[in-house]
Amino acid sequence: MLDATARAEGREEFSAAITHTVGKPFLEDAKFKTRDVNVFYAGAKQAIFDVDLDIGRNEVIAMIGPSGCGKSTFLRCLNRMNDTIQDAKVTGQLLLDGMDIYSKELDPVLLRARVGMVFQKPNPFPKSIYDNVAYGPRLHGLAANRSELDEIVEESLRKAGLFNEVKDRLNSPGTGLSGGQQQRLCIARTIAVSPEVILMDEPTSALDPIATATIEELIEELRQSFTICIVTHSMQQAARISQRTAYFHLGKLVEVNDTNTVFTNPSHQLTENYITGRFG
Amino acid sequence: MEITQHTSHAYSHELEVTRTHVLQMGGLVEEQLSNAVKALLEKDSELGAEVARNDYKVNKLEVAIDEECARIIARRQPAAIDLRLILAIIKSITDLERIGDEAEKIGRYAAEASEHLDANLILALRHLCDHVIIMLRDTLDAFARIDSERAMQVAETDLAIDREFEAIYRQLITLMMEDPRNIKHSLNVVWCARALERIGDHCCNICEYVIYLVNGKDIRHTSKEEIKAIIANTPMRKLT
Repeated sequence: MLDATARAEGREEFSAAITHTVGKPFLEDAKFKTRDVNVFYAGAKQAIFDVDLDIGRNEVIAMIGPSGCGKSTFLRCLNRMNDTIQDAKVTGQLLLDGMDIYSKELDPVLLRARVGMVFQKPNPFPKSIYDNVAYGPRLHGLAANRSELDEIVEESLRKAGLFNEVKDRLNSPGTGLSGGQQQRLCIARTIAVSPEVILMDEPTSALDPIATATIEELIEELRQSFTICIVTHSMQQAARISQRTAYFHLGKLVEVNDTNTVFTNPSHQLTENYITGRFG
Repeated sequence: MEITQHTSHAYSHELEVTRTHVLQMGGLVEEQLSNAVKALLEKDSELGAEVARNDYKVNKLEVAIDEECARIIARRQPAAIDLRLILAIIKSITDLERIGDEAEKIGRYAAEASEHLDANLILALRHLCDHVIIMLRDTLDAFARIDSERAMQVAETDLAIDREFEAIYRQLITLMMEDPRNIKHSLNVVWCARALERIGDHCCNICEYVIYLVNGKDIRHTSKEEIKAIIANTPMRKLT
Protein backbone atom coordinates (compact mmCIF):
# COMPACT_ATOMS: atom_id res chain seq x y z
CA MET A 1 0.00 0.00 0.00
CA LEU A 2 1.37 3.43 -0.92
CA ASP A 3 1.68 5.95 1.87
CA ALA A 4 0.24 9.43 1.40
CA THR A 5 3.52 11.06 0.32
CA ALA A 6 4.32 8.43 -2.28
CA ARG A 7 0.79 8.72 -3.58
CA ALA A 8 1.05 12.51 -3.83
CA GLU A 9 4.37 12.17 -5.65
CA GLY A 10 2.83 9.68 -8.01
CA ARG A 11 0.02 12.09 -8.74
CA GLU A 12 2.43 14.92 -9.43
CA GLU A 13 4.30 12.72 -11.84
CA PHE A 14 1.03 11.99 -13.63
CA SER A 15 0.07 15.66 -13.58
CA ALA A 16 3.31 16.67 -15.28
CA ALA A 17 2.44 14.26 -18.05
CA ILE A 18 -0.83 16.08 -18.84
CA THR A 19 0.22 18.44 -21.58
CA HIS A 20 -3.09 19.03 -23.30
CA THR A 21 -6.72 18.09 -23.07
CA VAL A 22 -7.66 15.03 -25.11
CA GLY A 23 -11.04 14.41 -26.70
CA LYS A 24 -13.35 17.13 -27.92
CA PRO A 25 -13.06 20.25 -25.74
CA PHE A 26 -14.15 22.57 -28.55
CA LEU A 27 -17.55 23.03 -30.14
CA GLU A 28 -18.73 24.98 -33.15
CA ASP A 29 -21.60 26.83 -31.54
CA ALA A 30 -20.72 27.12 -27.88
CA LYS A 31 -22.72 28.86 -25.15
CA PHE A 32 -19.65 29.27 -23.00
CA LYS A 33 -16.09 29.48 -24.27
CA THR A 34 -13.24 29.35 -21.79
CA ARG A 35 -9.63 29.75 -22.86
CA ASP A 36 -6.41 29.53 -20.84
CA VAL A 37 -8.23 29.69 -17.55
CA ASN A 38 -5.93 29.69 -14.54
CA VAL A 39 -7.04 30.11 -10.95
CA PHE A 40 -4.74 30.99 -8.07
CA TYR A 41 -5.65 30.94 -4.40
CA ALA A 42 -3.84 33.08 -1.84
CA GLY A 43 -1.21 34.15 -4.34
CA ALA A 44 0.94 31.12 -4.88
CA LYS A 45 -1.28 28.07 -4.88
CA GLN A 46 -2.58 27.34 -8.35
CA ALA A 47 -5.87 25.47 -8.46
CA ILE A 48 -6.59 25.41 -12.21
CA PHE A 49 -4.09 25.18 -15.05
CA ASP A 50 -4.76 26.41 -18.60
CA VAL A 51 -8.27 25.08 -19.05
CA ASP A 52 -9.74 25.41 -22.55
CA LEU A 53 -13.33 24.21 -22.72
CA ASP A 54 -16.48 24.94 -24.71
CA ILE A 55 -19.87 24.30 -23.18
CA GLY A 56 -22.66 23.72 -25.69
CA ARG A 57 -26.20 25.07 -25.81
CA ASN A 58 -28.85 22.91 -24.18
CA GLU A 59 -26.33 20.34 -23.13
CA VAL A 60 -25.66 18.78 -19.77
CA ILE A 61 -21.93 18.65 -19.22
CA ALA A 62 -20.69 16.67 -16.23
CA MET A 63 -17.43 17.50 -14.53
CA ILE A 64 -15.86 14.62 -12.69
CA GLY A 65 -12.58 14.00 -10.95
CA PRO A 66 -11.11 13.20 -7.54
CA SER A 67 -11.43 15.61 -4.61
CA GLY A 68 -9.26 18.68 -5.01
CA CYS A 69 -8.98 18.33 -8.79
CA GLY A 70 -10.42 21.79 -9.41
CA LYS A 71 -13.78 20.87 -10.89
CA SER A 72 -15.78 22.94 -8.38
CA THR A 73 -13.30 25.81 -8.64
CA PHE A 74 -13.74 25.78 -12.41
CA LEU A 75 -17.54 25.69 -12.07
CA ARG A 76 -17.42 28.66 -9.73
CA CYS A 77 -15.41 30.63 -12.31
CA LEU A 78 -18.37 30.42 -14.65
CA ASN A 79 -20.49 32.83 -12.61
CA ARG A 80 -17.71 34.59 -10.76
CA MET A 81 -18.41 32.94 -7.44
CA ASN A 82 -14.64 32.95 -6.87
CA ASP A 83 -14.91 36.74 -6.56
CA THR A 84 -16.25 36.14 -3.08
CA ILE A 85 -13.05 34.34 -2.02
CA GLN A 86 -10.36 36.66 -0.83
CA ASP A 87 -7.05 36.39 -2.71
CA ALA A 88 -8.52 34.19 -5.43
CA LYS A 89 -7.36 35.28 -8.86
CA VAL A 90 -8.81 34.12 -12.16
CA THR A 91 -6.94 34.70 -15.42
CA GLY A 92 -7.80 33.79 -19.00
CA GLN A 93 -10.88 34.33 -21.10
CA LEU A 94 -14.39 33.26 -20.15
CA LEU A 95 -16.95 34.20 -22.78
CA LEU A 96 -20.69 33.78 -22.36
CA ASP A 97 -22.18 34.16 -25.85
CA GLY A 98 -19.04 36.09 -26.76
CA MET A 99 -19.27 38.41 -23.73
CA ASP A 100 -16.29 38.54 -21.38
CA ILE A 101 -17.78 37.72 -17.99
CA TYR A 102 -14.74 39.07 -16.14
CA SER A 103 -15.01 42.48 -17.78
CA LYS A 104 -14.80 45.32 -15.25
CA GLU A 105 -18.05 46.87 -16.48
CA LEU A 106 -20.07 43.74 -15.86
CA ASP A 107 -22.11 43.57 -12.67
CA PRO A 108 -21.61 40.06 -11.18
CA VAL A 109 -25.17 40.16 -9.82
CA LEU A 110 -26.54 40.49 -13.34
CA LEU A 111 -24.18 37.75 -14.54
CA ARG A 112 -25.47 35.43 -11.81
CA ALA A 113 -29.01 36.05 -13.02
CA ARG A 114 -27.91 34.65 -16.38
CA VAL A 115 -25.75 31.93 -14.87
CA GLY A 116 -27.56 30.49 -11.86
CA MET A 117 -26.21 28.06 -9.32
CA VAL A 118 -27.51 25.17 -7.23
CA PHE A 119 -25.36 23.97 -4.37
CA GLN A 120 -24.60 20.66 -2.75
CA LYS A 121 -26.67 21.27 0.36
CA PRO A 122 -30.16 22.64 -0.20
CA ASN A 123 -30.02 26.18 1.13
CA PRO A 124 -33.48 27.75 1.02
CA PHE A 125 -33.79 31.19 2.60
CA PRO A 126 -35.52 31.23 5.98
CA LYS A 127 -38.63 32.54 4.26
CA SER A 128 -41.81 31.09 2.86
CA ILE A 129 -41.76 28.81 -0.17
CA TYR A 130 -43.34 31.62 -2.19
CA ASP A 131 -40.79 34.22 -1.08
CA ASN A 132 -37.89 31.89 -1.80
CA VAL A 133 -38.89 31.69 -5.45
CA ALA A 134 -40.05 35.33 -5.68
CA TYR A 135 -36.78 36.65 -4.22
CA GLY A 136 -34.83 36.79 -7.50
CA PRO A 137 -37.62 38.19 -9.70
CA ARG A 138 -38.25 40.89 -7.06
CA LEU A 139 -34.54 41.76 -6.87
CA HIS A 140 -34.24 42.04 -10.62
CA GLY A 141 -37.64 43.67 -11.08
CA LEU A 142 -38.90 40.96 -13.39
CA ALA A 143 -42.57 41.27 -12.38
CA ALA A 144 -44.65 44.42 -12.79
CA ASN A 145 -47.31 43.40 -10.31
CA ARG A 146 -48.39 40.72 -7.89
CA SER A 147 -50.21 38.59 -10.43
CA GLU A 148 -47.16 38.49 -12.70
CA LEU A 149 -45.04 37.49 -9.74
CA ASP A 150 -47.56 34.76 -8.85
CA GLU A 151 -47.26 33.49 -12.40
CA ILE A 152 -43.45 33.39 -12.29
CA VAL A 153 -43.51 31.59 -8.94
CA GLU A 154 -46.03 29.01 -10.14
CA GLU A 155 -44.23 28.39 -13.42
CA SER A 156 -40.84 28.04 -11.73
CA LEU A 157 -42.23 25.62 -9.17
CA ARG A 158 -43.91 23.67 -11.96
CA LYS A 159 -40.69 23.47 -13.98
CA ALA A 160 -38.89 22.27 -10.87
CA GLY A 161 -41.58 19.58 -10.47
CA LEU A 162 -42.56 20.88 -7.04
CA PHE A 163 -45.77 22.88 -7.57
CA ASN A 164 -48.27 20.09 -6.98
CA GLU A 165 -46.58 19.10 -3.75
CA VAL A 166 -46.55 22.62 -2.26
CA LYS A 167 -49.41 24.50 -3.89
CA ASP A 168 -51.50 24.43 -0.72
CA ARG A 169 -48.75 25.67 1.54
CA LEU A 170 -46.88 28.33 -0.41
CA ASN A 171 -46.69 30.46 2.72
CA SER A 172 -45.10 27.78 4.87
CA PRO A 173 -41.38 28.08 5.47
CA GLY A 174 -39.16 26.59 2.75
CA THR A 175 -36.96 25.02 5.41
CA GLY A 176 -39.89 22.80 6.45
CA LEU A 177 -39.71 20.77 3.22
CA SER A 178 -37.88 17.45 2.85
CA GLY A 179 -34.30 17.49 1.56
CA GLY A 180 -35.28 16.57 -2.00
CA GLN A 181 -38.09 19.13 -2.00
CA GLN A 182 -35.75 21.80 -0.63
CA GLN A 183 -33.30 21.10 -3.43
CA ARG A 184 -36.09 21.38 -6.01
CA LEU A 185 -37.13 24.63 -4.32
CA CYS A 186 -33.57 25.89 -4.81
CA ILE A 187 -33.77 24.87 -8.46
CA ALA A 188 -37.11 26.72 -8.76
CA ARG A 189 -35.48 29.76 -7.15
CA THR A 190 -32.64 29.55 -9.69
CA ILE A 191 -34.88 29.25 -12.73
CA ALA A 192 -37.28 31.98 -11.53
CA VAL A 193 -34.92 34.63 -12.91
CA SER A 194 -34.81 32.88 -16.32
CA PRO A 195 -31.11 32.08 -16.42
CA GLU A 196 -29.41 30.73 -19.54
CA VAL A 197 -26.96 28.47 -17.76
CA ILE A 198 -27.44 26.54 -14.52
CA LEU A 199 -24.40 25.43 -12.56
CA MET A 200 -24.91 22.55 -10.16
CA ASP A 201 -22.32 21.61 -7.59
CA GLU A 202 -23.08 18.05 -6.45
CA PRO A 203 -26.80 18.82 -6.26
CA THR A 204 -27.88 15.36 -5.16
CA SER A 205 -25.09 14.26 -2.84
CA ALA A 206 -27.23 15.00 0.22
CA LEU A 207 -30.34 13.29 -1.16
CA ASP A 208 -31.72 9.74 -1.08
CA PRO A 209 -31.93 7.71 -4.33
CA ILE A 210 -35.58 8.58 -4.99
CA ALA A 211 -35.06 12.32 -4.55
CA THR A 212 -31.90 11.96 -6.65
CA ALA A 213 -33.85 10.28 -9.46
CA THR A 214 -36.42 13.09 -9.35
CA ILE A 215 -33.72 15.74 -9.66
CA GLU A 216 -32.03 13.81 -12.48
CA GLU A 217 -35.33 13.56 -14.34
CA LEU A 218 -35.75 17.29 -13.80
CA ILE A 219 -32.26 18.01 -15.18
CA GLU A 220 -33.18 16.13 -18.35
CA GLU A 221 -36.30 18.29 -18.74
CA LEU A 222 -34.49 21.53 -17.90
CA ARG A 223 -31.96 20.78 -20.62
CA GLN A 224 -34.59 21.73 -23.20
CA SER A 225 -34.43 25.34 -21.97
CA PHE A 226 -31.06 25.73 -20.25
CA THR A 227 -27.42 24.78 -20.48
CA ILE A 228 -26.46 22.77 -17.43
CA CYS A 229 -23.00 22.21 -15.95
CA ILE A 230 -22.95 19.71 -13.15
CA VAL A 231 -20.14 18.72 -10.85
CA THR A 232 -20.68 15.28 -9.43
CA HIS A 233 -18.80 12.67 -7.48
CA SER A 234 -21.13 9.98 -8.70
CA MET A 235 -19.80 8.62 -11.96
CA GLN A 236 -23.01 6.74 -12.55
CA GLN A 237 -24.86 10.04 -12.28
CA ALA A 238 -22.54 11.64 -14.84
CA ALA A 239 -23.10 8.64 -17.10
CA ARG A 240 -26.87 8.82 -16.66
CA ILE A 241 -27.57 12.48 -17.23
CA SER A 242 -24.83 14.18 -19.24
CA GLN A 243 -24.15 14.43 -22.96
CA ARG A 244 -20.49 15.31 -22.45
CA THR A 245 -18.15 14.52 -19.60
CA ALA A 246 -15.05 16.46 -18.57
CA TYR A 247 -12.43 14.79 -16.39
CA PHE A 248 -10.25 17.01 -14.19
CA HIS A 249 -7.08 15.89 -12.48
CA LEU A 250 -4.89 18.03 -10.21
CA GLY A 251 -6.23 21.25 -11.69
CA LYS A 252 -5.85 20.17 -15.30
CA LEU A 253 -8.58 19.27 -17.73
CA VAL A 254 -7.46 15.82 -18.86
CA GLU A 255 -10.22 14.73 -21.18
CA VAL A 256 -13.54 15.95 -22.55
CA ASN A 257 -15.60 13.60 -24.66
CA ASP A 258 -19.09 12.40 -25.37
CA THR A 259 -20.30 10.67 -22.24
CA ASN A 260 -20.81 7.44 -24.17
CA THR A 261 -17.18 7.46 -25.21
CA VAL A 262 -15.85 8.36 -21.78
CA PHE A 263 -17.65 5.47 -20.10
CA THR A 264 -16.95 2.81 -22.72
CA ASN A 265 -13.64 3.80 -24.26
CA PRO A 266 -11.94 6.82 -22.69
CA SER A 267 -8.90 8.20 -24.51
CA HIS A 268 -6.70 9.07 -21.56
CA GLN A 269 -5.13 6.62 -19.18
CA LEU A 270 -5.99 8.80 -16.17
CA THR A 271 -9.65 8.96 -17.14
CA GLU A 272 -9.67 5.20 -17.55
CA ASN A 273 -8.10 4.71 -14.14
CA TYR A 274 -10.53 7.06 -12.44
CA ILE A 275 -13.76 5.79 -13.90
CA THR A 276 -12.82 2.15 -13.42
CA GLY A 277 -11.86 2.76 -9.80
CA ARG A 278 -8.11 2.25 -10.14
CA PHE A 279 -7.15 5.45 -8.49
CA GLY A 280 -5.52 6.61 -5.27
CA MET B 1 -2.09 -5.52 -22.18
CA GLU B 2 -1.95 -5.67 -18.45
CA ILE B 3 -4.95 -5.16 -16.23
CA THR B 4 -3.97 -4.11 -12.75
CA GLN B 5 -5.59 -3.60 -9.42
CA HIS B 6 -8.63 -1.53 -8.58
CA THR B 7 -8.75 0.44 -5.38
CA SER B 8 -11.28 -2.22 -4.38
CA HIS B 9 -9.27 -5.43 -4.31
CA ALA B 10 -12.45 -7.47 -4.06
CA TYR B 11 -13.58 -6.05 -7.43
CA SER B 12 -10.24 -6.92 -9.07
CA HIS B 13 -10.52 -10.38 -7.58
CA GLU B 14 -14.05 -10.89 -8.95
CA LEU B 15 -12.96 -9.89 -12.47
CA GLU B 16 -9.89 -12.09 -12.25
CA VAL B 17 -11.89 -15.10 -11.07
CA THR B 18 -14.37 -14.68 -13.92
CA ARG B 19 -11.58 -14.36 -16.45
CA THR B 20 -9.98 -17.50 -15.07
CA HIS B 21 -13.28 -19.35 -15.42
CA VAL B 22 -13.44 -18.32 -19.09
CA LEU B 23 -9.96 -19.75 -19.59
CA GLN B 24 -11.03 -22.94 -17.81
CA MET B 25 -14.01 -23.15 -20.12
CA GLY B 26 -11.68 -22.56 -23.07
CA GLY B 27 -9.43 -25.39 -21.84
CA LEU B 28 -12.40 -27.72 -21.54
CA VAL B 29 -13.66 -26.85 -25.04
CA GLU B 30 -10.16 -27.37 -26.42
CA GLU B 31 -10.04 -30.80 -24.80
CA GLN B 32 -13.49 -31.68 -26.16
CA LEU B 33 -12.42 -30.69 -29.68
CA SER B 34 -9.14 -32.64 -29.51
CA ASN B 35 -10.96 -35.73 -28.27
CA ALA B 36 -13.69 -35.41 -30.91
CA VAL B 37 -11.10 -35.09 -33.66
CA LYS B 38 -9.09 -37.98 -32.26
CA ALA B 39 -12.22 -40.14 -32.11
CA LEU B 40 -13.06 -39.21 -35.70
CA LEU B 41 -9.65 -39.80 -37.23
CA GLU B 42 -8.76 -42.87 -35.18
CA LYS B 43 -12.27 -44.29 -35.50
CA ASP B 44 -12.59 -44.51 -31.72
CA SER B 45 -16.33 -44.69 -31.17
CA GLU B 46 -16.08 -44.94 -27.38
CA LEU B 47 -14.10 -41.66 -27.21
CA GLY B 48 -16.62 -40.03 -29.58
CA ALA B 49 -19.47 -41.04 -27.28
CA GLU B 50 -17.60 -39.68 -24.29
CA VAL B 51 -17.20 -36.28 -26.00
CA ALA B 52 -20.93 -36.18 -26.67
CA ARG B 53 -21.64 -37.10 -23.03
CA ASN B 54 -19.30 -34.41 -21.66
CA ASP B 55 -20.84 -31.46 -23.50
CA TYR B 56 -22.98 -30.71 -20.43
CA LYS B 57 -19.82 -29.60 -18.58
CA VAL B 58 -19.24 -26.83 -21.13
CA ASN B 59 -22.88 -25.73 -20.92
CA LYS B 60 -22.73 -25.65 -17.14
CA LEU B 61 -19.66 -23.41 -17.19
CA GLU B 62 -21.35 -21.05 -19.64
CA VAL B 63 -24.31 -20.59 -17.32
CA ALA B 64 -22.06 -20.11 -14.29
CA ILE B 65 -19.91 -17.47 -16.02
CA ASP B 66 -23.00 -15.66 -17.27
CA GLU B 67 -24.25 -15.48 -13.70
CA GLU B 68 -20.92 -14.12 -12.49
CA CYS B 69 -21.03 -11.40 -15.17
CA ALA B 70 -24.59 -10.44 -14.24
CA ARG B 71 -23.53 -10.20 -10.61
CA ILE B 72 -20.56 -7.96 -11.44
CA ILE B 73 -22.74 -5.68 -13.59
CA ALA B 74 -25.34 -5.41 -10.83
CA ARG B 75 -22.91 -4.81 -8.00
CA ARG B 76 -20.01 -2.96 -9.58
CA GLN B 77 -21.42 -1.12 -12.61
CA PRO B 78 -18.20 -1.69 -14.58
CA ALA B 79 -17.02 1.08 -16.92
CA ALA B 80 -14.47 1.46 -19.72
CA ILE B 81 -12.07 -1.49 -19.92
CA ASP B 82 -13.88 -3.41 -17.18
CA LEU B 83 -17.16 -3.00 -19.04
CA ARG B 84 -15.53 -4.10 -22.28
CA LEU B 85 -14.02 -7.10 -20.49
CA ILE B 86 -17.42 -8.19 -19.19
CA LEU B 87 -19.05 -7.71 -22.61
CA ALA B 88 -16.20 -9.59 -24.30
CA ILE B 89 -16.59 -12.43 -21.79
CA ILE B 90 -20.36 -12.68 -22.20
CA LYS B 91 -20.00 -12.84 -25.97
CA SER B 92 -16.93 -15.11 -26.02
CA ILE B 93 -18.52 -17.78 -23.84
CA THR B 94 -21.46 -17.99 -26.24
CA ASP B 95 -19.00 -18.79 -29.01
CA LEU B 96 -17.11 -21.21 -26.79
CA GLU B 97 -20.34 -23.00 -25.97
CA ARG B 98 -21.12 -23.31 -29.66
CA ILE B 99 -17.64 -24.66 -30.35
CA GLY B 100 -18.49 -27.23 -27.66
CA ASP B 101 -21.69 -28.09 -29.56
CA GLU B 102 -19.75 -28.56 -32.80
CA ALA B 103 -17.28 -30.83 -31.01
CA GLU B 104 -20.23 -32.78 -29.65
CA LYS B 105 -21.58 -33.23 -33.22
CA ILE B 106 -18.22 -34.52 -34.42
CA GLY B 107 -18.00 -36.81 -31.40
CA ARG B 108 -21.45 -38.20 -32.06
CA TYR B 109 -20.62 -38.92 -35.70
CA ALA B 110 -17.35 -40.55 -34.65
CA ALA B 111 -19.29 -42.74 -32.22
CA GLU B 112 -21.83 -43.79 -34.80
CA ALA B 113 -20.24 -44.04 -38.22
CA SER B 114 -16.57 -43.12 -38.43
CA GLU B 115 -15.56 -46.64 -39.45
CA HIS B 116 -16.81 -45.85 -42.96
CA LEU B 117 -14.23 -43.08 -43.49
CA ASP B 118 -11.74 -43.93 -46.23
CA ALA B 119 -8.04 -43.10 -46.02
CA ASN B 120 -8.15 -40.17 -48.48
CA LEU B 121 -10.89 -38.43 -46.59
CA ILE B 122 -9.14 -38.99 -43.29
CA LEU B 123 -6.06 -37.32 -44.72
CA ALA B 124 -8.01 -34.30 -45.94
CA LEU B 125 -9.91 -34.04 -42.67
CA ARG B 126 -6.71 -34.39 -40.64
CA HIS B 127 -5.34 -31.19 -42.19
CA LEU B 128 -8.51 -29.29 -41.47
CA CYS B 129 -8.67 -30.68 -37.93
CA ASP B 130 -5.08 -29.70 -37.21
CA HIS B 131 -5.67 -26.19 -38.44
CA VAL B 132 -8.81 -25.72 -36.40
CA ILE B 133 -7.20 -27.07 -33.23
CA ILE B 134 -4.28 -24.67 -33.64
CA MET B 135 -6.63 -21.79 -34.34
CA LEU B 136 -8.65 -22.47 -31.19
CA ARG B 137 -5.49 -22.75 -29.11
CA ASP B 138 -4.14 -19.47 -30.49
CA THR B 139 -7.49 -17.75 -29.98
CA LEU B 140 -7.54 -18.73 -26.33
CA ASP B 141 -3.94 -17.64 -26.07
CA ALA B 142 -4.78 -14.17 -27.48
CA PHE B 143 -7.70 -13.94 -25.03
CA ALA B 144 -5.53 -14.98 -22.07
CA ARG B 145 -2.83 -12.46 -22.96
CA ILE B 146 -5.37 -9.79 -23.98
CA ASP B 147 -3.32 -9.29 -27.13
CA SER B 148 -5.16 -7.68 -30.04
CA GLU B 149 -2.34 -8.01 -32.56
CA ARG B 150 -2.17 -11.72 -31.92
CA ALA B 151 -5.98 -11.89 -32.20
CA MET B 152 -5.80 -10.19 -35.58
CA GLN B 153 -3.20 -12.69 -36.83
CA VAL B 154 -5.29 -15.61 -35.62
CA ALA B 155 -8.47 -14.27 -37.24
CA GLU B 156 -6.64 -14.07 -40.55
CA THR B 157 -6.00 -17.83 -40.55
CA ASP B 158 -9.75 -18.42 -40.90
CA LEU B 159 -9.44 -17.92 -44.64
CA ALA B 160 -7.17 -20.97 -44.97
CA ILE B 161 -9.69 -23.03 -43.01
CA ASP B 162 -12.52 -21.91 -45.28
CA ARG B 163 -10.46 -22.97 -48.32
CA GLU B 164 -9.71 -26.37 -46.84
CA PHE B 165 -13.40 -26.88 -46.16
CA GLU B 166 -14.22 -26.02 -49.77
CA ALA B 167 -11.60 -28.49 -51.01
CA ILE B 168 -13.06 -31.30 -48.89
CA TYR B 169 -16.52 -30.34 -50.03
CA ARG B 170 -15.51 -30.64 -53.69
CA GLN B 171 -13.77 -33.95 -53.04
CA LEU B 172 -16.95 -35.30 -51.44
CA ILE B 173 -19.15 -34.12 -54.29
CA THR B 174 -16.93 -36.04 -56.72
CA LEU B 175 -17.15 -39.10 -54.50
CA MET B 176 -20.94 -38.88 -54.39
CA MET B 177 -21.16 -38.45 -58.15
CA GLU B 178 -18.98 -41.49 -58.70
CA ASP B 179 -21.15 -43.79 -56.67
CA PRO B 180 -24.46 -42.88 -55.04
CA ARG B 181 -23.84 -45.47 -52.32
CA ASN B 182 -21.26 -43.01 -50.95
CA ILE B 183 -23.86 -40.30 -50.41
CA LYS B 184 -24.87 -41.15 -46.84
CA HIS B 185 -21.34 -41.30 -45.44
CA SER B 186 -20.14 -38.41 -47.57
CA LEU B 187 -22.89 -36.22 -46.21
CA ASN B 188 -21.89 -37.12 -42.67
CA VAL B 189 -18.32 -36.16 -43.45
CA VAL B 190 -19.61 -32.86 -44.89
CA TRP B 191 -21.37 -32.19 -41.58
CA CYS B 192 -18.14 -32.84 -39.70
CA ALA B 193 -16.08 -30.64 -42.03
CA ARG B 194 -18.76 -28.00 -41.77
CA ALA B 195 -18.63 -28.21 -37.95
CA LEU B 196 -14.86 -27.66 -38.09
CA GLU B 197 -15.27 -24.72 -40.44
CA ARG B 198 -17.86 -23.20 -38.07
CA ILE B 199 -15.41 -23.56 -35.18
CA GLY B 200 -13.03 -21.39 -37.21
CA ASP B 201 -15.77 -18.75 -37.48
CA HIS B 202 -16.43 -18.86 -33.72
CA CYS B 203 -12.69 -18.42 -33.10
CA CYS B 204 -12.80 -15.40 -35.39
CA ASN B 205 -15.62 -13.92 -33.33
CA ILE B 206 -13.68 -14.38 -30.09
CA CYS B 207 -10.66 -12.69 -31.71
CA GLU B 208 -12.89 -9.75 -32.62
CA TYR B 209 -14.00 -9.46 -28.99
CA VAL B 210 -10.35 -9.43 -27.89
CA ILE B 211 -9.69 -6.53 -30.29
CA TYR B 212 -12.79 -4.75 -28.93
CA LEU B 213 -11.56 -5.32 -25.38
CA VAL B 214 -8.08 -3.94 -26.05
CA ASN B 215 -8.77 -1.21 -28.60
CA GLY B 216 -12.27 -0.20 -27.62
CA LYS B 217 -13.58 -0.44 -31.19
CA ASP B 218 -16.19 -2.87 -32.41
CA ILE B 219 -14.56 -4.26 -35.55
CA ARG B 220 -17.25 -6.69 -36.60
CA HIS B 221 -18.17 -6.30 -40.27
CA THR B 222 -15.10 -4.14 -40.90
CA SER B 223 -12.49 -4.64 -43.62
CA LYS B 224 -9.11 -6.09 -42.79
CA GLU B 225 -7.32 -2.84 -43.69
CA GLU B 226 -9.56 -0.81 -41.41
CA ILE B 227 -9.02 -3.22 -38.54
CA LYS B 228 -5.26 -3.01 -38.98
CA ALA B 229 -5.47 0.80 -38.94
CA ILE B 230 -7.56 0.72 -35.76
CA ILE B 231 -5.06 -1.54 -34.02
CA ALA B 232 -2.11 0.56 -35.18
CA ASN B 233 -3.71 3.85 -34.15
CA THR B 234 -4.87 2.89 -30.69
CA PRO B 235 -2.23 3.43 -28.05
CA MET B 236 -1.72 0.35 -25.91
CA ARG B 237 -2.93 1.44 -22.50
CA LYS B 238 -1.46 -0.02 -19.43
CA LEU B 239 -3.62 0.25 -16.37
CA THR B 240 -1.50 1.21 -13.43
